Amino acid sequence: MKLREIAHSRTGDKGNISNISVIAYDAKDYALLREQVTAARVKAHFAGIVQGEVVRYELPNLSALNFVMDQALGGGVTRSLALDAHGKSLSSALLDLDIALAQDNKQ
Amino acid sequence: MRTIRIGSGAGYSGDRIEPAIELAEKGDIQYLVFECLGERTVALAQQARMKNPDSGYDPLLEERMRAVLPICAAKGIKIVTNMGAANPEAAARKTADIARSLGLSALKVAAVVGDDVLDACKDGDLPIMEFDGTIRQLGNRLLSANAYLGAEPMAQALTAGADIVITGRASDPALFLAPMIHAFGWAMDDWNLLGQGTVAGHLLECAGQITGGYFADPGYKDVPDLARLGFPIGEVGEDGSLVITKVAGSGGAVTARTCKEQLLYEVHDPAKYFQPDVVADFSQVKVEEIGPDRVRVSGGRGARRTDTLKVSVGYVDSYIGEGQISYAGPGALARGRLALDIVRERFKLTGVDASEWRFELVGVDSLHGPEVSARANDPYEVRVRVSGRTENLREAVRIGNEVETLYTNGPAAGGGVWKAARDVVAVASVLLPRELAKPQIRFVGA
Repeated sequence: MKLREIAHSRTGDKGNISNISVIAYDAKDYALLREQVTAARVKAHFAGIVQGEVVRYELPNLSALNFVMDQALGGGVTRSLALDAHGKSLSSALLDLDIALAQDNKQ
Repeated sequence: MRTIRIGSGAGYSGDRIEPAIELAEKGDIQYLVFECLGERTVALAQQARMKNPDSGYDPLLEERMRAVLPICAAKGIKIVTNMGAANPEAAARKTADIARSLGLSALKVAAVVGDDVLDACKDGDLPIMEFDGTIRQLGNRLLSANAYLGAEPMAQALTAGADIVITGRASDPALFLAPMIHAFGWAMDDWNLLGQGTVAGHLLECAGQITGGYFADPGYKDVPDLARLGFPIGEVGEDGSLVITKVAGSGGAVTARTCKEQLLYEVHDPAKYFQPDVVADFSQVKVEEIGPDRVRVSGGRGARRTDTLKVSVGYVDSYIGEGQISYAGPGALARGRLALDIVRERFKLTGVDASEWRFELVGVDSLHGPEVSARANDPYEVRVRVSGRTENLREAVRIGNEVETLYTNGPAAGGGVWKAARDVVAVASVLLPRELAKPQIRFVGA
């Protein structure tokens, strides 16, 4: 299953830092997000894009995770050579992440 | 309990104008806020002001003001905006002129000045946060330095009777916090109220991004009537209680999902959202749908503000040259790749000097690069895109020219060349001791 099936996401930008929220549609899937959408997996998923560290923040009240990715925007929004200088399309790439469904969670 | 309704009339400088008119006409609002100042806009506006001392404010100021002033004047709606950009006083004078021409001479217009801290930054030779270097080391590439001011001077202007408050660089949420401080008399050290007010301002500042814009994903997150997207209204109580809603019958949707996405938009550590007036804490925020297009947002908190203000520093960073050309039909991908190989080799042969390059195929790998895009299928058409960072404009021009020569020297059937070369005004940040920024309010007679 793809992450897209259980979560939605939005990208924001500040300088050369991109943040991506990953929000469970249903609160019961938040545990699955916490377990499988780790900072290390996100960094690996964005190989070639994110040059710096990826830090994850947890927001249990919102069933959401927030990933902060350093050196992710080609030197910064205002100077990037990229077509999508803001990295607004990165959230869609993250929703392509594979999620393994635990046996007891199968629908 | 007293409650105010604040409308968000723009989320960026080029935003749609009719939703703001709709808010003023049908939103039952007391305040209308226009957030129109992007990260580097002040630096670009400063360049314009250097050429013409009466310019340097938002290019859509006149269109927006003409559209909403008659309604706002009739209903007593106060306007707060950062459309002053690099010249709030000139923007205020222009607005007063517009008001007079509309027969609205009674309107009081105030400019908030003092965000320009270029001299203080030079005096202190402050270190730049994003890279190794100091303000003075930018030399004659330095264009501007503007501090993110807080809500206090804007709130004072409202309390002094301003109908329209025009500022330059200010924190975006502070544009919304100012009416709350003015209306409710919140103390500037009531950190939890300022934190919750910041939640409101942060949610509203991007206008359509909380009512269904930047959100729709067909089959997963459907949003009705995006062509008539309504802009948001924040209903704020004097205890900081907050409901996000929009004009009944407008397009879009306000849901728990749209609010959650916008709450985390451009946020790093949710427990420490640094603002000029407060360090806001979003980590305990809760959202709850309480009716159609009505979401209650609670739990924002705050801690003491820091001793520094963030300053946005504009400077000439480099030059960028770019060229594009399209290929279609069978073999389009192979011809696009061949075109990129040719251009790469040409840059070596002719000695085009760039410090950084991108060679990509739009529709294949331009957004996320070859690694992330590896699973792409062969597309019907591709668009070659080459861009490079250079030291001067002459060198940047050569990049697009080289792509253009593919017409007659490259793969079969390349069409639709586009090329450009431009200077890059970038922004960096420094932290300025807060007492060195001295905001002032200047009233302009209508």
